[in-house]
Amino acid sequence: MSLQNYLVISAILFTLGIFAVLTRRNAISILMGIELILNSCNLNFAAFSRFVTPPENIDGQIIAIFGIVLAAAEAAVFLAIILAIYREFGSIRPNEVDTLKG
Amino acid sequence: MEFTLKSLIFYGFALLTVTSGIVVVTVRNIVHAAFSLMVTLFGVAGLYVFLQADFLAATQVIVYVGGILVLILFGVMMTSDRLEMRIHIERGQLLLGGTIALALLMLLLTIIAKTPQWKNIVDEGEQLQPTTERIGNLILNGQFLLPFEVVSVLLLVALIGAALISRKEVRD
Repeated sequence: MSLQNYLVISAILFTLGIFAVLTRRNAISILMGIELILNSCNLNFAAFSRFVTPPENIDGQIIAIFGIVLAAAEAAVFLAIILAIYREFGSIRPNEVDTLKG
Repeated sequence: MEFTLKSLIFYGFALLTVTSGIVVVTVRNIVHAAFSLMVTLFGVAGLYVFLQADFLAATQVIVYVGGILVLILFGVMMTSDRLEMRIHIERGQLLLGGTIALALLMLLLTIIAKTPQWKNIVDEGEQLQPTTERIGNLILNGQFLLPFEVVSVLLLVALIGAALISRKEVRD
């Protein structure tokens, strides 16, 4: 269990999230990808806090907690926007919401 | 590398996290993806326990599994009729997105392997004190008081904004 183990897991999660955001054609699936990305980032904060900074310093964990709060706020607003879009367009496929497209 | 019980459990959690993450991004049924995301979030919580971040692990389970995942399933329920459950994916986009993601993974793995400061930092296995009290002290009468207040105001703003956006528009 070295630092590099955690960093590799986090890199894989980040890449999977990017993949989901790039390829999925459903807004809720994109939200899942964003959650994966935020999780990988929080895992990195906790890992660096454990291995790199001195053991009595837990600033990284506190930053990770703030990250979880931001993820919760983001998910709430995201789903509210999805509900509004669904009422307006009858679909949550991002490519069908193209009113502003020239 | 010696294979103790602890490292075996660690690799089990790592494998669980990664495989269920792969299922989240590849499975076609969105409800299955949501439940697989739950396994991923539990796996990350287990990894937090290995990092001796007990409070963070509990927060992860409560907020993500108890809150965000329920919110996601609620969103699925509100926006998908039975025919829309399957996620539509285009072939060209899959190829391009896969290439970009793979290149990014290679880049990250190269950086992780090549950075000299990160090599050979291993867990010495020393037990740390429970973190909850220290986190509480740092947030409520330490250096993180201002960020805590800012983030609580932000959460309130997001809450009101979400309620305002998602309610039905009343025209007078």
